[in-house]
Amino acid sequence: MAVTAPTAPIETKPATVNDPQVIAEKIKLQYPDAVESASAQGIVVKNNRLPDVARYLHDSPDLAFDYLHNLTSVDWQDRFEVVYHLSSLVRGGAPLVLKVNAAREDPHVPSLVPVYRGADFQEREVYDMMGIRFDGHPYLRRILLWDGFVGHPLRKDYHEPYYEEDKKPFGSRWDKGHHVIAEDRNPWHDNVQYPANFDSTTYQPPRDQIRTIGIEEAKAKKLRTDKIVLNIGPQHPSTHGVLRLKVTIDGETIIAVEPVLGYLHRNHEKIGERNTFLQNMPYTDRLDYVTSMANNLAYAVAVEKLLGIKPPERAEYIRVIMAELTRFVNHILAIGFIYNDLGAFYTPVVYGFEERELILDLFEAASGSRMMCNYMRFGGVARDLPDGFLDKLQYLVNERFPRVTDTLETYLVKNEIFNARARNVGILPRDVAINYSAAGPVLRASGIKYDVRRAEPYSIYDRFEFDIPTGTIGDMHDRFTIRIAEMRASLSILKQAVKQIPAGEIQTGKKNYQARAPKGDAYGRAENPKGELGFYLVGDGGPNPYRYHVRSPAFINLGALNEMARGYKVADLIVILGSVDITMGEVDR
Amino acid sequence: MAFGLGVLRGMSITMSRVIKTYIGDFKHLGKPHDPKTLAERQSVRGSGIFTIQYPEEKLKPQENFRLIPMLLYEPLVDEKTGKPMIDEKTGKEVVASERCTSCGICSKVCPPQCIWIVRATKDGKPQPKSAEFYIDIDVCMNCGMCAEFCPFDSIKMDHDYELANYERHVSHIFDKAQLLKSTTYYASIHPTDWHQEEAERKAKEAAKAKK
Repeated sequence: MAVTAPTAPIETKPATVNDPQVIAEKIKLQYPDAVESASAQGIVVKNNRLPDVARYLHDSPDLAFDYLHNLTSVDWQDRFEVVYHLSSLVRGGAPLVLKVNAAREDPHVPSLVPVYRGADFQEREVYDMMGIRFDGHPYLRRILLWDGFVGHPLRKDYHEPYYEEDKKPFGSRWDKGHHVIAEDRNPWHDNVQYPANFDSTTYQPPRDQIRTIGIEEAKAKKLRTDKIVLNIGPQHPSTHGVLRLKVTIDGETIIAVEPVLGYLHRNHEKIGERNTFLQNMPYTDRLDYVTSMANNLAYAVAVEKLLGIKPPERAEYIRVIMAELTRFVNHILAIGFIYNDLGAFYTPVVYGFEERELILDLFEAASGSRMMCNYMRFGGVARDLPDGFLDKLQYLVNERFPRVTDTLETYLVKNEIFNARARNVGILPRDVAINYSAAGPVLRASGIKYDVRRAEPYSIYDRFEFDIPTGTIGDMHDRFTIRIAEMRASLSILKQAVKQIPAGEIQTGKKNYQARAPKGDAYGRAENPKGELGFYLVGDGGPNPYRYHVRSPAFINLGALNEMARGYKVADLIVILGSVDITMGEVDR
Repeated sequence: MAFGLGVLRGMSITMSRVIKTYIGDFKHLGKPHDPKTLAERQSVRGSGIFTIQYPEEKLKPQENFRLIPMLLYEPLVDEKTGKPMIDEKTGKEVVASERCTSCGICSKVCPPQCIWIVRATKDGKPQPKSAEFYIDIDVCMNCGMCAEFCPFDSIKMDHDYELANYERHVSHIFDKAQLLKSTTYYASIHPTDWHQEEAERKAKEAAKAKK
């Protein structure tokens, strides 16, 4: 068992802009032929020189781009474009955008997995959805769809059979909208495409191989044991949804964990490209259904970046209040569920649910729905806070929630069984956490003081004083206590926000249900309870996004699960998974 | 020495909850299912038992609560009594005029596209009212955008959440007859919104009359 020595937390300084022009010049000094162009929209790098450039950006001590935020692609119909968002966790600031072009026919891009391991899942997703092959990827295989799927659904020439048009609103709804049941219009059998000569009775899925990344022989064996592959899930109460874990074990020791995803996949991004910008808002609720308010905020931040509008003061305060309440809800559930996974069935989590219920009542009073809030609008919020909202909130954040947090800390953090099982288990070392693009509490528990609210303040987070708690070694105990510390930080922000909230407008300009975005792209992100939730949007002048990509924190954090779990006992795996805190609605999208 | 103390401390939380439950029972002696009791139980200051025994006990939905949209109509008012007239057959208030003008904004803004409208025509000319209006409530995601963007305050969100049925192809396609609800009903479930909208409407009418 590898126990790393505690390392001092690194301070993250707020916003220093990663100017693409300046960085492009630096790259040119090193590799004169690598840069095609550089503008405020990012640096376009030559396809075959990408690994060199990435390696240089990563290793150069003055640039030190050690963190890959987001990796996605855009289908421009004559070519593909792969987009990378990099930043340096020490410097913070807006991420640097790298772009690489690939041919429309048989697209190939060099893989960045050797430099950033966090690219692993994201490259597989791009391969799955767009069909871009990443040369040098150790395990390029579909990740969200099944292996026999035909086509790549996010390509623009792929039309989903179920839908009559590529863009909403559909013409058939008005003014001669005779209702048709969807199944009648489009019988189920036409909705699925199968490979040529497909026969379900003889189909053999590609033989499951044990993943080669990260397999190590368990050392110092006392017993002669065989390696076996154990499947956990997809239908298992401990996997937080429909997640399958393919675990290779030797005796009881975990050798490799491979998450098998996609059971909740609904192609959220294709739906998003069919919707108008505003129509996407309620769909973001359904990404991570525990944190819908925070998802709304992240999406609103991204679209406002693209549209160039700013909400009024009061709306900003309301947004912050909602986002921090969401963080409290999420963490109180997360710590409850860690206990659940440890075997304390439902007692802590039910106490958490009670506090959650009070917050959800507030959400319902403000937005109309407990979980699917759909509350934020571009340049404001949907409706003003109702009477009595702030009084209730004041009591909760000043009296009830601090009391509850104290109780939780007394009974849960100091619990002997918890300490015996969580200390020095599931360690994610600092450099590994960064390299795997882990985000949110998982990253901070490993000792990195990085928080989007500080690194690139959005909304009005630059006005509040709050702690960014960090762990020391990144074990399960750290990932647990950091959540309690973050709940306290959220309460402190809430106290300030409740005190300062001004009266006034809640919407800038007139509400527009078909906001047209200018040509261009934007990557907007927010510090969600589970990590950095980012939206990469490309506008083409119309009311629908040309490209809509979600950087899902749970999905990318799950990529580091193998590193966390390897070497520990199989009984710890479920708790380690619980300490990552995933929601499958967001992982599978 | 300290062995087992943690268990006892933990159990004390459960025990205190049990005692608080009984205190609550005595406080609300004789009216355990009263709506006021239920609301107090689940309030921010509530302690003791927190849960509600649905369906025997029901909490009143909050005013902003939104589920399936409804279409509003002005009821026909009896001139003698000043109260809305009630159809004896259906038990519903008689329709005087529908608010919907069939402009189609709700169907355009609807994210899952679950609203179907046929516009009424007279001699081939489109009329400002709907001939047919359907909402597929299986597709509806209760986002409330139709109500938010309706320029005529015609489509609003209902509070009725008990919608289970034995089949879905007929009873879950709400047609106009099922969707139409009177403004009296709307005023009873959304009092704040209703008063605000009425005040706005009267201010507008007054401004028009001045001109």
